[in-house]
Amino acid sequence: MLRLSLGAKFTLGTIVAIALAFMYIPLFLVVINSFSAARLSSWPIAEFSTIWWEKAFVSEPIRAALLNSVIVGLGATVIALILGTLVAFALQRYTFFGKQTVNLLVVLPIALPGIVTGVALNNTYNQVLEPIGIEVGYFGMIIAHGTFCIVMVFNNVLARLRRINPSIEEASRDLGATPLQTFRLVTFPQFRSAFVAGAILAFALSFDEVVVTIFTAPPGVDTLPLWIMNQMARPNEASLVNVVATVVILASFIPVWVSQRLARGADERE
Amino acid sequence: MHASAQQAPSETDSTPAPGAVSLAGVSKTFGDFTAVEALDLDVKPGEFLSMLGPSGSGKTTVLRMIAGFENVTSGSIHLSGVDVTQVPPHARQVNTVFQDYALFPHFTIAENVGYGLRVAGVSRAERATQVGVALEQVRLSAVADRLPHQLSGGQRQRIALARALILRPQVLLLDEPLGALDKQLREEMQIELKQIQREVGITFIFVTHDQEEALTLSDRVAVFNNGRVEQVGTAREVYEFPATEFVAKFLGLSNLIPAELSADGVQSSVRPERVRLLTADTAASAGTVSLLGTVSETVYTGPTTRFLVDTESGVRVIAERANDHHPSAESAFGRGDRVRVEWTTDHASQIG
Repeated sequence: MLRLSLGAKFTLGTIVAIALAFMYIPLFLVVINSFSAARLSSWPIAEFSTIWWEKAFVSEPIRAALLNSVIVGLGATVIALILGTLVAFALQRYTFFGKQTVNLLVVLPIALPGIVTGVALNNTYNQVLEPIGIEVGYFGMIIAHGTFCIVMVFNNVLARLRRINPSIEEASRDLGATPLQTFRLVTFPQFRSAFVAGAILAFALSFDEVVVTIFTAPPGVDTLPLWIMNQMARPNEASLVNVVATVVILASFIPVWVSQRLARGADERE
Repeated sequence: MHASAQQAPSETDSTPAPGAVSLAGVSKTFGDFTAVEALDLDVKPGEFLSMLGPSGSGKTTVLRMIAGFENVTSGSIHLSGVDVTQVPPHARQVNTVFQDYALFPHFTIAENVGYGLRVAGVSRAERATQVGVALEQVRLSAVADRLPHQLSGGQRQRIALARALILRPQVLLLDEPLGALDKQLREEMQIELKQIQREVGITFIFVTHDQEEALTLSDRVAVFNNGRVEQVGTAREVYEFPATEFVAKFLGLSNLIPAELSADGVQSSVRPERVRLLTADTAASAGTVSLLGTVSETVYTGPTTRFLVDTESGVRVIAERANDHHPSAESAFGRGDRVRVEWTTDHASQIG
């Protein structure tokens, strides 16, 4: 391992501490402010209260936005699981013309600016599909999220598939298992944790997506991030925004934490 | 071959003997590369047959075709008299012990051993009984609840064997099963394998690149080279009477004697231990090939000493003598000594 002098260690430690502070203190402020009694966020907090949590809990627009976020997130995750896993298998198990191109095309949407994806899908929905009578509506938003969620499942599953010893599948078939039994009893358990980790990451990615959602959400439909954006224009609701933001933070942190633990658990077993 | 077995029913009557494996004109190509070329091979029921050859000689491909993991490009494979050329691996009455053991990492040892019974729909209780017996056979009952990665190489090897044998296959295929073990453990496992094969009495087809292992274990050895079988025979036959230069060289040290020096005017091979080393003034005996020469090097190997003799005919001959008790061989001759080397013509094998 790399050996560092005491001074270097101290300097590096300080840089890391500053970087982490810059990332997490603002988030921390949001969480703390959500418990402020004041209508406007201010520092220091004069009085603590859960009043905004109570208001947020009974707010009809927030409930609707949360429901939309969950539905879109789950829908996009299901699409990502099915397509991402199938593509990962195709690329890992078979050789075919254009294999590298397919790999690139699947991964590209995650690197593509959301605004490009958003505009492209919006144009397609409104100027191509609608004139010929296809109303994608809500489903169009789910598909839009699916485009970049696939990568999460695809990358995780592909990485794990590459590490499966191919002879254990042969051993299974040799011992009399049909291809289906082999998949269920041997292959799937080998990449199950990568599959779940990919699903969680896909959901987290969809849950806080803004740009693509703006361009593909049907009129009058808000997801949580969209609702927050709209509220920013009305500062007297700022504390309500802090509550919702806190929920989004938790909803993003927990899945990432769980998926990391899953990935680590699988590594340790090998 | 297979057809004739059906036409002339032997003592097994109309049912072909279970455990017979017959390959007829089997070829396998991967793109431009020919891995196996027009192979004919018949394995008798209950036989321990080794497929011996260097890596890339096609032996593992043949094993994988018998197991069903690879399709044949042409030709046919019969198991116990039934054409299985198009039968998928899970429907063939053969089981395989893999080179890397291929134990299922997420199953316990007991679940690994019972896997074949499980997918066949055997009840949990019956499975537990059979797995218990199988583990006892390989003396590993104590590790039933462990995971494969918690076992040593030798233990994994025995579990792989138990897992394959629990289904009572007609033929067991073994793909260099001892390759990953250290020398001492390998020799123990060789003995154990031989005993198990005798107990269960089924056909073993054993792939190895270790000539000593093949000679020690097998009833017959098929020597592979470049996708072809160079020679099939008992250990004694392929060692003492190699049919080709490749076989002579691959199975230990060999002296290749050019045609003009051989008794019958054909190129031949003589094993070093069959070469007698005599003082130069000894007269040549009848029925031998006898050459005069000078010792250019002596090599002490432990049980034997090898003498490299440059003969007057220009051929270098290696003679090997056991370092057995009185006047020990290693002191009998030294570098620069004039000697006579000779061998009985019976001990020379013509090489085609």
